[in-house]
Amino acid sequence: MLKISNLSVFIDKKKVLDRINYNFEENKVYCIMGPNGSGKSTLAAVIMGHPAYSLGKSSRIEFEGKNITDIATYKRANKGIFLTFQTPMSLSGVNIFQLARFAKNNKLDPRLARQKIVSDASKLKINEELLSRSLNDNFSGGEKKKMEVLQASMLNPKFIIFDEIDTGVDVDSMRTIAKFIDNTLNKKGKTIVLITHYNRILRFLKPDRVLILVSGRLVKIGDHKLAERIEKEGYDKINSNVKIQNSKKISKN
Amino acid sequence: MSDPLNFDYKYGFSMPDLAVFKAKKGLSKQIVYQISKIKNEPEWMTEMRLKAYDIFLEKKLPTWGADLSKINFENMVYFSKSTDKVKTSWEDLPAEIKETYDRIGVPQAEKKYLAGVSAQYDSEVIYKSVQKELDKIGVIFCDMDTGLSKYPEIVKEYFASLIPTHDNKFAALNTAFWSGGSFVYVPKGVHVKMPLQAYFRINSERFGQFERTLIIAEEGSQVHYIEGCTAPIYTTDSLHAAVVEIFVKKGARVRYTTVQNWSNNVYNLVTKRARADADSIMEWIDCNIGSQVTMKYPSVYLMGEGAKGEVLSIAYAGKNQHQDAGAKMFHFAPRTSSRIVSKSISRAGGRTSYRGLVQVMPGATDSSVYVSCDALLMDEKSRSDTYPYMKIKENNVMVQHEATVEKIGEEKLFYLTSRGIDRVAAEGILVNGFIEPVTREIPLEYSVELNRLMQLEMSGSVG
Repeated sequence: MLKISNLSVFIDKKKVLDRINYNFEENKVYCIMGPNGSGKSTLAAVIMGHPAYSLGKSSRIEFEGKNITDIATYKRANKGIFLTFQTPMSLSGVNIFQLARFAKNNKLDPRLARQKIVSDASKLKINEELLSRSLNDNFSGGEKKKMEVLQASMLNPKFIIFDEIDTGVDVDSMRTIAKFIDNTLNKKGKTIVLITHYNRILRFLKPDRVLILVSGRLVKIGDHKLAERIEKEGYDKINSNVKIQNSKKISKN
Repeated sequence: MSDPLNFDYKYGFSMPDLAVFKAKKGLSKQIVYQISKIKNEPEWMTEMRLKAYDIFLEKKLPTWGADLSKINFENMVYFSKSTDKVKTSWEDLPAEIKETYDRIGVPQAEKKYLAGVSAQYDSEVIYKSVQKELDKIGVIFCDMDTGLSKYPEIVKEYFASLIPTHDNKFAALNTAFWSGGSFVYVPKGVHVKMPLQAYFRINSERFGQFERTLIIAEEGSQVHYIEGCTAPIYTTDSLHAAVVEIFVKKGARVRYTTVQNWSNNVYNLVTKRARADADSIMEWIDCNIGSQVTMKYPSVYLMGEGAKGEVLSIAYAGKNQHQDAGAKMFHFAPRTSSRIVSKSISRAGGRTSYRGLVQVMPGATDSSVYVSCDALLMDEKSRSDTYPYMKIKENNVMVQHEATVEKIGEEKLFYLTSRGIDRVAAEGILVNGFIEPVTREIPLEYSVELNRLMQLEMSGSVG
């Protein structure tokens, strides 16, 4: 579905991601974990095409076999990549219905989009009154995150990255969001990527693979048990193991 | 191939000049006299014009505000009459005029609608037909020239009494050379349900347009007046110096909406003033998109107890444009309230200035003042300034003032583009969202047009 090769990323000449290689497959749920500042959100933003970052020369991102490394964000979105924001932006004077009208460069049928928004909003337990208000303007943390999930459903993407969708959300809302993702978005032909600090959302959405990022590098990949181990032991231990492994390799050479 | 960067050409076209009468280039007392004679005006108006001409010569250009030094008064034509008589049906309109509407992109239904109201082509109102309905309720809505010839007593009583000739150089210029504009009289207690609209165009090269509008709303009456403009491009500078005077009597309510898109070489220097008597409401809604230079500060004199004044404005300045706009509120009576909401956008090196004055006189107790001015900068080259003056000479007053300047946020643009919206459209969405507190007050057909204009303006930048 989405293949990253040799991805190095710079911001203001500082390297923030270092030679990442990974192939995200369809019909799978991924979890990306890592300490603060390890590059998780950067990875998400770069996949989405954030203009603030520059990529290394041989870095390459492919989506469904096509090179998307240099194409604009809106084109990536229209191909089926979606990102929920850690801190969703508030848009004054624009409500979710208006956003739907412009989204996918006006390709959505406004009437159908409206119906879907209203029915999904009720599944997500979003107060209907919020739908006609300026998006995210004075919304609570939980409401903002639910609106992100609502947009994901509205655009029906193939590859969805949830960047800390569980942060700043109470337990009940978290459960509602996780169930919605599992029931409505985790369908055949889709790829789900959860960026998170916590295990709790993974109880509802069991990841097939868990990726650990530390200091801009992809240091470990495992199954859902890896996430549990991290919760118990922390990143330092895993990271130091990795370092030891690396140094062993070096010493062997 | 058409240039996608220059949307102005969509609107910028110049029809063959069919003006029936055109005064000679330049200005002189002779021309002032000639204009008045051709219009067959009463003697007091001729005298007022001549006197105004002298005042215009004496008065200096304002030294504050926008740069006006490039205006060439010698190079303008001061009077033009596009057809010799007022047309009464759409079919009778000259083909060029109909074509002009076509090119602006006015849909068929709206064309008829526009054709039914007072449409100004060149300086003469050529077209109107809502008249019958208005006649029934005793409302007068006609061009100013007709107003003067049919209702000289009313005009004489109010004309230039709120904006005296010596108020400023451009008010004097207007008084000397005025032509066209609207005259509205709403009798006591009458509520005019439909908005009165005047569609303005300047279509004569080097032609200064000086329309003069006078609105009188008698006690307890209500009226909404709308002016909208789209002008063609010219090779030489064009001057638009209008004067609008509005009298809002006790308990009356007047709303005056302007949606304006002059072409980029127009100097738009307008004096707008309203007097609000006890418990009346005066609202100015002022949207300035085009022009080279705009200087406009709609004001309300709150003369009667409990009077309310409001100015909601949008100013957009693109390349080589300066919008120096704002509002003035004068509180003369107790329990008066004023509200100013200003939204300005600068792009591609354009400059917007908010210039406002709120004055609360001694004795205007329990009054309230609210001023909010927000500026949005689309890039590093553009500029925005705020000059909010407050002179509060009464202690028992509530004053609120908010001002913000923000740059268009890359993160917000990224957010929108990640939803499959291209950057240009995303900028348009953010700008339209920014001005929404004002556009929500404008009738739908105008706010749709305005949103579309802003979207087009944004597409000029990135392309």
